[in-house]
Amino acid sequence: MLTCKEVTHLLSEAQDRKITVAERVHLEMHLAICKGCRNFKDQITFLREACRHYTKSEHSEKD
Amino acid sequence: MINDNMLADIRPDMLKFARLQLRDDALAEDVVQETLAAALGSLKEFAGRSALKTWVFAILRNKIVDQIRVQSRTTNISALSHEEESMDETYDSLFKENAHWSPNERPSSWGDPEESFRQKSFWVVFDACLKHLPENTARVFMMREFLEFDTAEVCKELSITTSNCNVILHRARNGLRRCLEKSWFATGAKAC
Repeated sequence: MLTCKEVTHLLSEAQDRKITVAERVHLEMHLAICKGCRNFKDQITFLREACRHYTKSEHSEKD
Repeated sequence: MINDNMLADIRPDMLKFARLQLRDDALAEDVVQETLAAALGSLKEFAGRSALKTWVFAILRNKIVDQIRVQSRTTNISALSHEEESMDETYDSLFKENAHWSPNERPSSWGDPEESFRQKSFWVVFDACLKHLPENTARVFMMREFLEFDTAEVCKELSITTSNCNVILHRARNGLRRCLEKSWFATGAKAC
Protein backbone atom coordinates (compact mmCIF):
# COMPACT_ATOMS: atom_id res chain seq x y z
CA MET A 1 0.00 0.00 0.00
CA LEU A 2 1.36 3.41 -0.92
CA THR A 3 1.77 6.04 1.77
CA CYS A 4 0.14 9.48 1.40
CA LYS A 5 3.57 10.97 0.82
CA GLU A 6 4.29 8.58 -2.04
CA VAL A 7 0.86 9.28 -3.47
CA THR A 8 1.49 13.05 -3.62
CA HIS A 9 4.69 12.40 -5.62
CA LEU A 10 2.93 10.02 -7.98
CA LEU A 11 0.00 12.42 -8.46
CA SER A 12 2.43 15.19 -9.33
CA GLU A 13 4.32 12.95 -11.78
CA ALA A 14 1.05 11.88 -13.35
CA GLN A 15 0.73 15.48 -14.57
CA ASP A 16 4.07 15.15 -16.37
CA ARG A 17 4.30 11.59 -17.68
CA LYS A 18 2.09 8.62 -18.45
CA ILE A 19 2.15 6.54 -15.29
CA THR A 20 2.30 2.74 -15.59
CA VAL A 21 -0.71 0.45 -15.16
CA ALA A 22 0.73 -0.88 -11.89
CA GLU A 23 1.21 2.68 -10.59
CA ARG A 24 -2.35 3.53 -11.63
CA VAL A 25 -3.74 0.53 -9.75
CA HIS A 26 -1.83 1.39 -6.55
CA LEU A 27 -2.89 4.99 -6.86
CA GLU A 28 -6.58 4.22 -7.35
CA MET A 29 -6.57 1.79 -4.40
CA HIS A 30 -5.15 4.48 -2.17
CA LEU A 31 -7.41 7.26 -3.43
CA ALA A 32 -10.48 5.08 -2.90
CA ILE A 33 -9.91 5.16 0.85
CA CYS A 34 -8.12 8.48 1.40
CA LYS A 35 -10.02 11.74 1.20
CA GLY A 36 -6.90 13.80 1.98
CA CYS A 37 -5.10 12.50 -1.12
CA ARG A 38 -8.25 12.87 -3.25
CA ASN A 39 -8.32 16.51 -2.19
CA PHE A 40 -4.60 16.84 -2.99
CA LYS A 41 -5.31 15.49 -6.48
CA ASP A 42 -8.20 17.93 -6.99
CA GLN A 43 -6.05 20.80 -5.75
CA ILE A 44 -3.14 20.19 -8.14
CA THR A 45 -5.59 19.62 -11.00
CA PHE A 46 -7.03 23.03 -10.17
CA LEU A 47 -3.52 24.55 -10.19
CA ARG A 48 -2.99 23.37 -13.74
CA GLU A 49 -6.33 24.84 -14.82
CA ALA A 50 -5.47 28.13 -13.15
CA CYS A 51 -2.16 28.30 -15.05
CA ARG A 52 -3.89 27.60 -18.37
CA HIS A 53 -6.48 30.21 -17.56
CA TYR A 54 -3.80 32.73 -16.77
CA THR A 55 -2.35 33.02 -20.27
CA LYS A 56 -5.44 32.26 -22.32
CA SER A 57 -8.17 34.30 -20.73
CA GLU A 58 -8.58 38.01 -20.67
CA HIS A 59 -9.25 38.17 -16.95
CA SER A 60 -7.00 41.06 -16.04
CA GLU A 61 -8.10 43.26 -18.92
CA LYS A 62 -11.75 43.46 -17.98
CA ASP A 63 -11.16 44.40 -14.39
CA MET B 1 -7.83 46.25 -38.25
CA ILE B 2 -5.22 45.96 -35.53
CA ASN B 3 -3.60 49.08 -34.27
CA ASP B 4 -1.08 50.15 -31.68
CA ASN B 5 -3.81 50.75 -29.11
CA MET B 6 -4.93 47.15 -29.16
CA LEU B 7 -1.38 46.02 -28.49
CA ALA B 8 -1.04 48.66 -25.79
CA ASP B 9 -4.06 47.11 -24.04
CA ILE B 10 -2.36 43.72 -23.85
CA ARG B 11 0.96 45.17 -22.70
CA PRO B 12 0.30 45.19 -18.91
CA ASP B 13 -0.58 41.48 -19.01
CA MET B 14 2.50 40.72 -21.09
CA LEU B 15 4.68 42.56 -18.64
CA LYS B 16 3.19 40.76 -15.67
CA PHE B 17 3.72 37.42 -17.38
CA ALA B 18 7.31 38.21 -18.39
CA ARG B 19 8.16 39.48 -14.90
CA LEU B 20 6.85 36.30 -13.29
CA GLN B 21 8.91 34.21 -15.68
CA LEU B 22 12.15 36.15 -15.68
CA ARG B 23 12.08 37.76 -12.22
CA ASP B 24 13.93 40.74 -13.60
CA ASP B 25 11.87 43.86 -14.32
CA ALA B 26 14.29 45.49 -16.75
CA LEU B 27 14.72 42.28 -18.71
CA ALA B 28 10.96 41.70 -18.74
CA GLU B 29 10.48 45.21 -20.12
CA ASP B 30 13.01 44.51 -22.90
CA VAL B 31 11.42 41.21 -23.84
CA VAL B 32 7.95 42.78 -24.00
CA GLN B 33 9.28 45.65 -26.15
CA GLU B 34 10.90 43.18 -28.54
CA THR B 35 7.70 41.16 -28.69
CA LEU B 36 5.59 44.20 -29.51
CA ALA B 37 8.05 45.25 -32.21
CA ALA B 38 7.99 41.74 -33.67
CA ALA B 39 4.18 41.66 -33.53
CA LEU B 40 3.84 45.02 -35.28
CA GLY B 41 6.37 43.90 -37.87
CA SER B 42 4.43 40.79 -38.78
CA LEU B 43 0.82 41.88 -38.61
CA LYS B 44 0.28 40.42 -42.07
CA GLU B 45 1.06 36.96 -40.74
CA PHE B 46 -1.49 37.40 -38.01
CA ALA B 47 -4.42 38.08 -40.37
CA GLY B 48 -7.00 37.37 -37.69
CA ARG B 49 -6.34 33.65 -37.50
CA SER B 50 -6.51 33.59 -33.73
CA ALA B 51 -7.29 35.95 -30.89
CA LEU B 52 -4.78 38.79 -30.87
CA LYS B 53 -3.75 38.08 -27.30
CA THR B 54 -3.10 34.40 -27.98
CA TRP B 55 -0.98 35.29 -31.00
CA VAL B 56 1.05 37.95 -29.18
CA PHE B 57 1.56 35.64 -26.21
CA ALA B 58 2.90 32.94 -28.53
CA ILE B 59 5.56 35.42 -29.70
CA LEU B 60 6.23 36.47 -26.11
CA ARG B 61 6.67 32.83 -25.03
CA ASN B 62 9.35 32.31 -27.67
CA LYS B 63 11.20 35.43 -26.60
CA ILE B 64 11.08 34.34 -22.96
CA VAL B 65 12.29 30.85 -23.86
CA ASP B 66 15.28 32.38 -25.68
CA GLN B 67 16.05 34.44 -22.61
CA ILE B 68 15.76 31.41 -20.29
CA ARG B 69 18.23 29.54 -22.54
CA VAL B 70 20.74 32.34 -22.11
CA GLN B 71 20.18 32.52 -18.34
CA SER B 72 20.28 28.76 -17.79
CA ARG B 73 23.87 28.66 -19.04
CA THR B 74 24.91 30.67 -16.01
CA THR B 75 22.56 29.30 -13.33
CA ASN B 76 22.73 26.01 -11.52
CA ILE B 77 19.05 25.09 -11.26
CA SER B 78 19.61 21.95 -9.21
CA ALA B 79 21.44 23.75 -6.39
CA LEU B 80 19.07 23.94 -3.40
CA SER B 81 18.58 27.38 -1.91
CA HIS B 82 17.85 27.89 1.76
CA GLU B 83 14.23 28.68 0.84
CA GLU B 84 13.88 25.42 -1.05
CA GLU B 85 15.32 23.42 1.82
CA SER B 86 12.89 25.05 4.19
CA MET B 87 9.96 24.24 1.83
CA ASP B 88 11.03 20.59 1.86
CA GLU B 89 11.20 20.58 5.66
CA THR B 90 7.73 22.11 5.87
CA TYR B 91 6.46 19.50 3.45
CA ASP B 92 7.90 16.67 5.57
CA SER B 93 6.21 18.13 8.62
CA LEU B 94 2.77 17.62 7.00
CA PHE B 95 3.08 13.89 7.53
CA LYS B 96 3.15 11.56 10.50
CA GLU B 97 6.08 9.17 10.95
CA ASN B 98 4.30 6.54 8.87
CA ALA B 99 4.17 9.01 5.93
CA HIS B 100 0.40 9.47 6.07
CA TRP B 101 -1.13 12.93 6.51
CA SER B 102 -1.02 14.50 9.95
CA PRO B 103 -4.68 15.05 10.89
CA ASN B 104 -4.36 18.83 10.87
CA GLU B 105 -2.48 18.97 7.60
CA ARG B 106 -4.73 16.87 5.39
CA PRO B 107 -5.59 18.78 2.21
CA SER B 108 -9.14 20.09 2.48
CA SER B 109 -11.85 20.24 -0.15
CA TRP B 110 -11.88 23.50 -2.11
CA GLY B 111 -15.50 23.05 -3.14
CA ASP B 112 -16.04 24.54 -6.56
CA PRO B 113 -12.68 26.33 -7.02
CA GLU B 114 -13.31 27.38 -10.65
CA GLU B 115 -15.72 29.97 -9.27
CA SER B 116 -12.60 31.85 -8.14
CA PHE B 117 -11.45 32.43 -11.73
CA ARG B 118 -14.03 35.17 -12.05
CA GLN B 119 -12.79 37.05 -9.03
CA LYS B 120 -10.06 39.60 -9.53
CA SER B 121 -8.84 39.16 -5.96
CA PHE B 122 -8.19 35.46 -6.62
CA TRP B 123 -5.64 36.36 -9.31
CA VAL B 124 -3.93 38.80 -6.94
CA VAL B 125 -3.49 35.95 -4.44
CA PHE B 126 -2.43 33.53 -7.18
CA ASP B 127 0.26 35.99 -8.39
CA ALA B 128 1.49 36.53 -4.85
CA CYS B 129 1.76 32.76 -4.31
CA LEU B 130 3.73 32.35 -7.55
CA LYS B 131 6.08 35.18 -6.58
CA HIS B 132 6.53 33.57 -3.19
CA LEU B 133 8.07 30.42 -4.76
CA PRO B 134 11.88 30.29 -4.71
CA GLU B 135 13.36 31.40 -8.02
CA ASN B 136 14.57 28.09 -9.44
CA THR B 137 11.48 26.23 -8.30
CA ALA B 138 9.31 28.88 -9.95
CA ARG B 139 11.33 28.76 -13.14
CA VAL B 140 10.87 25.01 -13.64
CA PHE B 141 7.18 25.19 -12.71
CA MET B 142 6.48 28.08 -15.04
CA MET B 143 8.32 26.49 -17.94
CA ARG B 144 6.17 23.42 -17.46
CA GLU B 145 2.81 25.06 -16.78
CA PHE B 146 2.94 28.47 -18.46
CA LEU B 147 5.30 27.92 -21.36
CA GLU B 148 3.93 24.38 -21.68
CA PHE B 149 7.21 22.55 -22.21
CA ASP B 150 7.07 18.82 -21.55
CA THR B 151 9.35 17.65 -18.75
CA ALA B 152 11.93 16.19 -21.14
CA GLU B 153 12.32 19.64 -22.74
CA VAL B 154 12.54 21.38 -19.35
CA CYS B 155 15.30 18.94 -18.30
CA LYS B 156 17.17 19.49 -21.54
CA GLU B 157 16.91 23.28 -21.50
CA LEU B 158 17.98 23.56 -17.87
CA SER B 159 20.40 20.60 -17.86
CA ILE B 160 18.75 18.80 -14.94
CA THR B 161 17.80 15.14 -14.52
CA THR B 162 14.22 13.90 -14.87
CA SER B 163 14.04 12.89 -11.22
CA ASN B 164 15.30 16.31 -10.16
CA CYS B 165 12.69 17.90 -12.40
CA ASN B 166 9.97 15.75 -10.76
CA VAL B 167 11.14 16.76 -7.30
CA ILE B 168 11.13 20.45 -8.22
CA LEU B 169 7.66 20.31 -9.81
CA HIS B 170 6.27 18.46 -6.82
CA ARG B 171 7.79 21.09 -4.52
CA ALA B 172 6.26 23.89 -6.57
CA ARG B 173 2.80 22.32 -6.71
CA ASN B 174 2.76 21.57 -3.03
CA GLY B 175 3.99 25.07 -2.19
CA LEU B 176 1.36 26.70 -4.37
CA ARG B 177 -1.49 24.56 -3.15
CA ARG B 178 -0.54 25.29 0.48
CA CYS B 179 -0.29 29.00 -0.27
CA LEU B 180 -3.72 29.05 -1.94
CA GLU B 181 -5.20 26.94 0.81
CA LYS B 182 -3.96 29.36 3.46
CA SER B 183 -4.55 32.61 1.63
CA TRP B 184 -7.70 31.91 -0.37
CA PHE B 185 -9.51 28.69 0.46
CA ALA B 186 -8.93 28.87 4.21
CA THR B 187 -12.64 28.65 4.96
CA GLY B 188 -12.98 25.16 3.38
CA ALA B 189 -13.92 22.26 5.64
CA LYS B 190 -11.22 19.83 6.79
CA ALA B 191 -11.19 16.43 5.10
CA CYS B 192 -11.48 12.92 6.59
